[in-house]
Amino acid sequence: MRRVGTAVTVIGVLAAASALISCNKNPAAKSTGPLIYAKIEGGPHALPPAAAAPADDGNWTMPGKNYASTRFSALSQITPANIGKLALAFTFSTGTTKGFEAPPLVVNGTMYIITPFPNYLYALDLTKPGAPAKWTFKPKPAAAAQGVACCDVVNRGAVYDDGKIFFNTLDGQTFAVDANSGQMVWRTQLGDIQKGETITMAPLVADGKVLVGNSGGEMGVRGWVAALDEGSGKIAWKAYATGPDKEVLIGPRFHPFYASDRGHDLGVKSWPPDAWKIGGANTWGWLSYDPETHQVFYGTGNPGPWNPDQRPGDNKWSTGIFARDISTGEALWYYQASPHDLFDHDNVNELILADIPWGNGRRPVIFHPGRNGYFYVFDRRTGQVLSATPYGYINSSKGVDLKSGRLIPVAEKAPKSGRVTRDICPASPGAKDWNPSAFSPITGLVYIPHLNLCQDEGNMQANYISGTPYVGADVKMYAGPGGNRGVFTAWDPINHRKVWEIKEDLPLWSPALATGGNLIFYGTMDGWFKAVDARNGKLLWQFKAGSGIIGQPISYRGPDGRQYIAVICGVGGWAGTIVSGQMDPRDPTGALGFANAVKDLPMKTTAGGMLYVFTLPR
Amino acid sequence: MSSRFRASLLFLGAAALTLAACEREEHHSRSKPIGETVPAGSSPQTIYPGGSVPPALDARAKLFNNNANAISMGQTLYQQMNCVGCHSHGGGGMGPPLMDDQWRYGGRIDQIATTIAEGRPNGMPAWRGKLTEDQIWDLAAYVRSMSGLPSKDAVSSRSESMSGPTPQTLTAKPQPTNSDAAPQ
Repeated sequence: MRRVGTAVTVIGVLAAASALISCNKNPAAKSTGPLIYAKIEGGPHALPPAAAAPADDGNWTMPGKNYASTRFSALSQITPANIGKLALAFTFSTGTTKGFEAPPLVVNGTMYIITPFPNYLYALDLTKPGAPAKWTFKPKPAAAAQGVACCDVVNRGAVYDDGKIFFNTLDGQTFAVDANSGQMVWRTQLGDIQKGETITMAPLVADGKVLVGNSGGEMGVRGWVAALDEGSGKIAWKAYATGPDKEVLIGPRFHPFYASDRGHDLGVKSWPPDAWKIGGANTWGWLSYDPETHQVFYGTGNPGPWNPDQRPGDNKWSTGIFARDISTGEALWYYQASPHDLFDHDNVNELILADIPWGNGRRPVIFHPGRNGYFYVFDRRTGQVLSATPYGYINSSKGVDLKSGRLIPVAEKAPKSGRVTRDICPASPGAKDWNPSAFSPITGLVYIPHLNLCQDEGNMQANYISGTPYVGADVKMYAGPGGNRGVFTAWDPINHRKVWEIKEDLPLWSPALATGGNLIFYGTMDGWFKAVDARNGKLLWQFKAGSGIIGQPISYRGPDGRQYIAVICGVGGWAGTIVSGQMDPRDPTGALGFANAVKDLPMKTTAGGMLYVFTLPR
Repeated sequence: MSSRFRASLLFLGAAALTLAACEREEHHSRSKPIGETVPAGSSPQTIYPGGSVPPALDARAKLFNNNANAISMGQTLYQQMNCVGCHSHGGGGMGPPLMDDQWRYGGRIDQIATTIAEGRPNGMPAWRGKLTEDQIWDLAAYVRSMSGLPSKDAVSSRSESMSGPTPQTLTAKPQPTNSDAAPQ
């Protein structure tokens, strides 16, 4: 597989074989047509590992599309040549007015939609005209959970596996629901809203386990990831992200690449006394999984409070990436992107698994567009940083020292108690926040929807009162250099450079989708759903949705054999809560300072969740 | 004779003014013990069937409404008790905005005090037992001031944040709506 050459190559056969070998239950979902193999063009470039990104069966069963988190659909009926004819097939109102970050799932002729709070789960019958609802499951989460969710009451998605739909509710529960009947199979209470603990992330289901992490980095909630038994919902293991090694599941198999991550109980010693107990480091973003090595990878969030003066030390294991053995939860390696985080730079962004040309072979790596503005390439086996290249405007750090692995901060941009630090770039949501990139094995490029925001920050003492915010910062964000608040970048991860970019006026808060037809889809916060050419970024098609788009677009094959594109609009999230939360734009510090950057948004869009599904006319 | 009489009148008038001013700015530094701190008669309801009338404004309201000291104390508590984390400096975020003219549970000061003390079902925590009665009313006075409802001579001309909003004396005063229009 090293030399791909210019000829069209087929990568699917290996994938299917590996999936079988790895005893991976997930592809068991019945296909509605033939498996599609991505066609590779061009010279040697990055490819997803076959075992983690098997051939496309036309379904979309998890937010990342596959364990490699490529968000790439191999379906290729819709192309740059015919997309001009792409037309609306059907719509569905979600009955919600909060930020819609989740993708729809499609499994064998049924579409599943998980909404923001109150976390309804809808099943739509794709075999019937207009896709009528088959059933609705209402988990009835506690209403008070809305008061402790930091950044709108979002949900980032459900997962299908082995006849069940798995999802989390805002009040800290994980549900398993029968995919056919809509009846609950089990539920497990994991979070405690009395402490300010919520769950907004999409679980990852692999190796017979449902992996779930908590939210609450703005509430002094100690972060963890729990693995629940897929059949019963019982906790198999739980790994905290702060505290003694025993509770972080750090043992003899833990071999971090860099010296500063080695030592006993660093999750205690790198904090002031007891601060680790309310130190955040929550996993509310994305997990990826390598079925060949049984390793699961995920990021940890910001340390709390935001005011860094209250927590001298590296604050392990916040703002980093863990690799763990999925069977036992044991930590294998860890890398810290922002030791002693200064800016709320959670490190929970997507981790795309890829194999890149290296010497005479291929090296297993992870692509990670970090919140601190660097596009990281890690060795998947060791956690070594192979490269860290800025993909956005950065003035708060000078780079990443590849010897020590450490970020090199710029002293004058470090916020201090009792004063205002101005022109910090990137702002707290980073050069990119949660909304994931797509990776096309056809072009070998990573398509990154991201931000161009800077901020002023004034810090003061934060008081810890459980169940209330623990922040200690007044923030005011605004557009970075150039004045555009969003950027869509096509990134070449081998040559560490951008291939093309599109400047967007509003912050980009929607994930991206790449397809086998060489199309890239994403949405804007004022409701434009766009398709651009994967090779040059040329805008080929757009559709104006009823509300701003911050949700993950997907592509699937319908029961009629046709390729469909689906997206759910519904402005909100941290960036859009000025609309979904009906905030008053006169206060620049609203929504932790994001309000100032999007004062114009209430004039440009209104709230409301709506599914749009498109296809080519017959 | 007459001039002395006039002087006495003047003196009496001044004394009366001073007394009135003292009453307006009375500081309640001592609170009742916890457990007796129930704001009363402050339902957020605005429909009273059968021709009933809304309950009269709580008697304590006049001690705190438009009281510069109460508003200032409330402003400090607003920061210290982390109200600012959810409601920001009035613009909202995790919680609803407070500087606009929308009041989900009523904009009367006794209604606001009840909201703070008892919490509300969609996530507002209940502060009864964590704050004294006076602190709750101080906070209510400040929260109400954010919407521009009290007179400008009572609110603080300083902003309680570093990079944040303009002081209340400089923000536009929105029109009160619904039950907020009740005379206070």
